Amino acid sequence: MLQVLTIFIPMLAAILVPFFYKIMKNIHTGWFVLAVPVTLAIIYSTYIAKVMEGDVFSATLPWIPSLDIVFVSYLDGLSLLFSLLITGIGSLVVLYSIFYLDKQKEKLHNFYVYLLLFMSAMLGVVQSDHLITLYFFWELTSISSFLLIGYWYTRDASRFGALKSMMITVGGGLMMLGSFILLSIMGNTYSIRELIGMMPDLAQHPFFTWALILLLLGAFTKSAQFPFYIWLPDAMEAPTPVSAYLHSATMVKAGIYLVARFTPIFAISELWIWLVTGIGIVTLFWGSFFAVKQTDLKGILAFSTVSQLGLIMSLLGASAVAIHSQNAPEAIKYAAFAAIFHLINHATFKGSLFMIAGIIDHETGTRDIRKLGGLMSMMPLSFTIAAIGSFSMAGLPPFNGFLSKEMFLTAMLALRNFDFFGFDTWGTLFPIVAWLASIFTFVYSFYFVFKTFAGHYKPEQLPRKPHEAPIGMLIAPMLLALFVIVIFFIPNVIGDMFVKPAVQAIQPFLYDTPAAVDIHVAAWHGLTPELLMTIGIVLIGVLLFVSLPKWQSIYQHFPQTFTLNNAYDKFMVGLDVGLNRLSRRYMIGSMRHYLLYMLGSIAIIVIASLIFKDAFTVSFDDVAPIHPYHIILIIVLVIATIMTMLVKSRLAAIIGLGAVGYTVALFFVIFNAPDLALTQLVIETISVALFLLVFYHLPEIKRKSATAPFKIGRILISVAVGCMVTLVALSAHSQKLVPSIAKYYEETVHDLAGGGNIVNVILVDYRGFDTLFEITVLSIAGMAILAMIKLRMGKKEGQHENK
Amino acid sequence: MEILLAFVIGFLFMAATYLLLSKSLLRIIIGTGLLSHGAHLLILTMGGLGGEAPPVLTDGARDFADPLPQALILTAIVISFGVTAFFLVLAYRTYQDLGTDDLSLLKGSDELE
Repeated sequence: MLQVLTIFIPMLAAILVPFFYKIMKNIHTGWFVLAVPVTLAIIYSTYIAKVMEGDVFSATLPWIPSLDIVFVSYLDGLSLLFSLLITGIGSLVVLYSIFYLDKQKEKLHNFYVYLLLFMSAMLGVVQSDHLITLYFFWELTSISSFLLIGYWYTRDASRFGALKSMMITVGGGLMMLGSFILLSIMGNTYSIRELIGMMPDLAQHPFFTWALILLLLGAFTKSAQFPFYIWLPDAMEAPTPVSAYLHSATMVKAGIYLVARFTPIFAISELWIWLVTGIGIVTLFWGSFFAVKQTDLKGILAFSTVSQLGLIMSLLGASAVAIHSQNAPEAIKYAAFAAIFHLINHATFKGSLFMIAGIIDHETGTRDIRKLGGLMSMMPLSFTIAAIGSFSMAGLPPFNGFLSKEMFLTAMLALRNFDFFGFDTWGTLFPIVAWLASIFTFVYSFYFVFKTFAGHYKPEQLPRKPHEAPIGMLIAPMLLALFVIVIFFIPNVIGDMFVKPAVQAIQPFLYDTPAAVDIHVAAWHGLTPELLMTIGIVLIGVLLFVSLPKWQSIYQHFPQTFTLNNAYDKFMVGLDVGLNRLSRRYMIGSMRHYLLYMLGSIAIIVIASLIFKDAFTVSFDDVAPIHPYHIILIIVLVIATIMTMLVKSRLAAIIGLGAVGYTVALFFVIFNAPDLALTQLVIETISVALFLLVFYHLPEIKRKSATAPFKIGRILISVAVGCMVTLVALSAHSQKLVPSIAKYYEETVHDLAGGGNIVNVILVDYRGFDTLFEITVLSIAGMAILAMIKLRMGKKEGQHENK
Repeated sequence: MEILLAFVIGFLFMAATYLLLSKSLLRIIIGTGLLSHGAHLLILTMGGLGGEAPPVLTDGARDFADPLPQALILTAIVISFGVTAFFLVLAYRTYQDLGTDDLSLLKGSDELE
């Protein structure tokens, strides 16, 4: 219970933020907010020791018990690692934002409310063991991310970026919801733990593949995998603390978390291994290749994030291989370890790099790498931090990126030896692509740091005179950079504390306890193929970086029309324009056309169902005999109808309609309905009089030329409606299921109601309510007519305005 | 008889639909008139046209026409009268204010200009 409430602490604190902002204007609101993630980080670090031994902590808070929906906080190695990342990096980001955002100029209360909301949502995502609440928090991260990206809502680019990320991530989220629903149907439970328990049965279920694909769509959209990565570069319009927090360390890793969490369920599938590994490696290469093209510092980092997420994703895919063969190469088992280890490393160095990009923006007024250069001497501390982060990103020793990059290459090389699912033929591609991507990673890492800090100083192009950032702003990136180095030297401590429990959670089929994960990370692992590959990366990377001005222009030759962004824009505009055009095509404002559609659809649907349901029958039993009167009346009726339909003079049309009415009255007479005949005669007379009165004021019916297609359509639809009514009438009359209840009325009308005229007694006694409201209808019609004639308000006002 | 009337009712519906799809407001209202006649006859026919006597208790009569459809039709006649009267006045007011009874001209104000 308390453990669940911990998730909601940031949300509760968010309620108080506006009060702090309004009341204590002199103190930066961020200082109050800072207490929240720091407290949470301390709370969660108390779990580390227990979780290291393989314990899990679980607590529930009922939400909708009747539907079996509960909030769950389930802390195992994986959840705890993410919770610590969220709160730890969250603390640093809040600290950084205190110095980054101006307390006078910015709407701080908005910012911190969104940020705290996001923090709660993210904690909920990683701790939920319940599918529905996991989805709930998942969408909450999308919404709070939308709000944060659009924080400077007066800028067009911010709103565009926010909307784009919203569209893509929420679209993916809905796919994921579909997967969750399928999973809960398959396993008859919402609990992920219980689903993992029934994994072999689930794999046989016909929904399994659908659940898998939909889940991956959710994970790939959130984690910016190919081809859904396009929202991430546009999300860089957010304030830099947001980019550092959401778009490098936490939210984009929600998809990674999802894949890791569901690996025990789906790893059995070949499709899962191929999709996760394949898409991951494609994203890795794609992101690293296009990062070199960017000129915006945050743009480079965005593509680099995309690329690194692809790396982690491909490792998770490779780790799924381990379920298939107990004698899989040892290195394959390392893949999950490498994925989690790199996830931690990436959070440290990418967070610090984003903060540095923010500092440069803050101090020079621009993030355009073409205007920057030679800042090394002016901003030595920032340069040091940036260099540490970049070298780690490039995979150089003595930084933590080196260790995870080595393990990544080991895992990719080992994929070749896996002899299932065509990996023995295609597996060779993975290390090759991974190696190429690593070269580009090296190039853009150097590009980022040296184009900014080395080279020529161009003061005339900078909006502001640069100088070193205030120390408060540097604390957070410095701490992160410190981690980058420390992790390199004590990788096994980090491994024991965080990585092994997480690996055990991802691969419960391999390991019973975190201690069983027998992996030792060593900075020097001998002269192995992966070390040779790293040397190759460095050599070729340096070569490419030095010759960058010569070949960077090739990016200009990529046709803009074939980019994914262009496809997205075209799709959105096409949707808008296309649907608009579609609506305009049939919503033309003409009543006659709408009637045509409606009557036509009714006729088609009814006639088609009569045919396909084989419902049409004609029975001549139980029919009344035909009298000569009947024939005469029918002939009169038909002639009068034709007259009404075709005459040009309005008077003739009225007389035709009157004739129809009186004939109907005569029908009532011969079919033994005296009351009907009376009413019909009177009402027909009044109606004809009314028609005549009103028509006196209306113009003569004009024969207007209608278009030929419309004329034909009109005749066709009329005939179809006529046929439909006839067919339905015939069928209905020929197959009566139950006899009329009229006998009851006939037998009881005298004894119960004390009347003789059965129709009248039905109207005022048996079914008197009908009559009451029929009277109401008449009175409303009368009042409405009076009001229409008397009240001319609209016209008077119009005249006033015209004057 | 019911079979024959089914065709007549179908014919009435056809004529009514044809008129409903015309341009002139008058013809549309005449169309609704025909439509209600068709509907009333349909209810009567579907109840069955058998029965020797009107549904009024008199000495000797045993085989009555079905009273329930008649009650329904009576209600329907009154309601359709109310609605028709309202439509007629609406058409009259429309013509008075807008100066046309041509349905193709009675669109949104932006297209009148």
